[in-house]
Amino acid sequence: MDKLLNLLDRNARMSNAQLAAMLGRTEQEVAEQIAALEKDGVIRAYKAVIDWDKTDREYVTAIIELHVTPKKDRGFEGIAEEIMRFREVESISLMSGGYDFSIVVNARTFRDVATFVAKRLSPLDSVVSTATHFVLRRYKENNVIFLEEDRDERGAL
Amino acid sequence: MREGRCNPMQYETLLNRTLVEMKPSGIRRFFDLAHEMEDVISLSVGEPDFSTPWHIREVGIKTLERGKTWYSPNAGFIELRSAIARYLQRRFRVSYDPKTEVLVTVGGSEAIDLCMRSLINPGDEVLVPSPSFVCYSPLAAMAGGVPVPLETKAEDHFRLTAQTLKAAITPKTKLLILPIPNNPTGAVLRRRHMEELAEVLRGTDIFVLSDEIYSELTYHDEGPTSFASIDGMQERTLLVSGFSKAYAMTGWRLGYVCGPSAVMSQIVKLHQYGIMSAPTTAQYAAIEAMDNGDDDVVAMRDDYNQRRRLIVDELNRMGLTCFDPLGAFYVFPSIQITGMTSEEFCVTLLKEKHVAVVPGTAFGDCGEGFVRISYCYSIKHIVEAMRRMREFLTERGFLKEGE
Repeated sequence: MDKLLNLLDRNARMSNAQLAAMLGRTEQEVAEQIAALEKDGVIRAYKAVIDWDKTDREYVTAIIELHVTPKKDRGFEGIAEEIMRFREVESISLMSGGYDFSIVVNARTFRDVATFVAKRLSPLDSVVSTATHFVLRRYKENNVIFLEEDRDERGAL
Repeated sequence: MREGRCNPMQYETLLNRTLVEMKPSGIRRFFDLAHEMEDVISLSVGEPDFSTPWHIREVGIKTLERGKTWYSPNAGFIELRSAIARYLQRRFRVSYDPKTEVLVTVGGSEAIDLCMRSLINPGDEVLVPSPSFVCYSPLAAMAGGVPVPLETKAEDHFRLTAQTLKAAITPKTKLLILPIPNNPTGAVLRRRHMEELAEVLRGTDIFVLSDEIYSELTYHDEGPTSFASIDGMQERTLLVSGFSKAYAMTGWRLGYVCGPSAVMSQIVKLHQYGIMSAPTTAQYAAIEAMDNGDDDVVAMRDDYNQRRRLIVDELNRMGLTCFDPLGAFYVFPSIQITGMTSEEFCVTLLKEKHVAVVPGTAFGDCGEGFVRISYCYSIKHIVEAMRRMREFLTERGFLKEGE
């Protein structure tokens, strides 16, 4: 099971036949396992890792540190649920350490991020303070390195 | 005699005759051809695509920082020889005395050369399974020996059989080369196969050079066996291995040879005069590899194993049939459906699809009709190469669409 997940984690586009060959199982077994993993919510989605800097897309990413006060009737989860509904929010995680939530926000421009923080995030009852950090350049994401591939320097012997 | 000097030196007649007559390696020749083309996707190298695990590199770096740049003792640091002995005991249940039975060499290659030159008297016969790695026969010849190829066959999964071995033994037989697993075929010998060969060797004075450099890259459940662990074989076995393949340390140039002390003392003497000592930095790093590298080996082996299964499956599907190669990182498929020679197949595939694989004939005449494909490449790289090979076969009518 872990081996299958590790393979999919590296490349979700391998065919069931290829996965089956690599794992020494039948195609049928792999298909069933994947179906079960999807059903149980272990596999949530399949996505491409895209280097948007290589496209014309205008976009900006910010990481926002968030301090909140959990209320009696709403714990951290309730607050997270409210925040995750915003379409700008790519991810939200509860953190240990100096602040409560780390949020990754994608928007078209810096101004859009500013507006989002000022008009939508900060006004929420439970939000105490925010600190916004803009991403300047991505080097590696989801284990994929966004630099030109190293040349294979190996020779034949 | 100024006029006499006008004739250039006739090097061909002046140099060592055995060397001049020796064929250059077929792998290198083919690689040079591939090198001249653009966009070539190669499946031809013989070394890991992993870099040496960081903690091993770090030890090398630290010793350099501390200025530990002197020669080591001739036979290698005793700490490394002890680590090697402990490793062989732990992994293969074979015991060697680090002081008198272990020598650290410049790669497995030096170890092989030393064994040949230490054992062979002029005219002694050296039994070399074919196909096998390119160095054995030339080194045997340079040592004054007569290499005798032992044919291995696809139907036996390219294993040397007891029958073939028995038939090849003459009063002049000095040494049997036993690469376990084998490069280029990926063939392995399980314990029971080794027992069969041992049965033929018992009672003879024949030595065995057991080249176990790929031993850690064995993919069957039984796990690797050392020939030295077979009953009665240690007294005649020179166990050659090293760090290159298992720990992804090819460039460090470090290997070792273990054997009976009476043989080793002679081998160490030759090493001492010819090489002095193996690289110091590499030896420090290798101690770390032996002591703390087991997990790295497992992780890399698991990774190779997945690629191995993928490539074997793809090749069999496209009609380039191959048995399940349970060792090293090579597949040795048959290209007989194309009717081409190995050389033709490789050259045409390279020219038309820019995929480089090595003709089986580079590893001996018995390699005709086969090619060596290396899978120490990323999955992405392997998948693309397989796509191109499938396209090649389809376009030439050897494979029907959708087959």
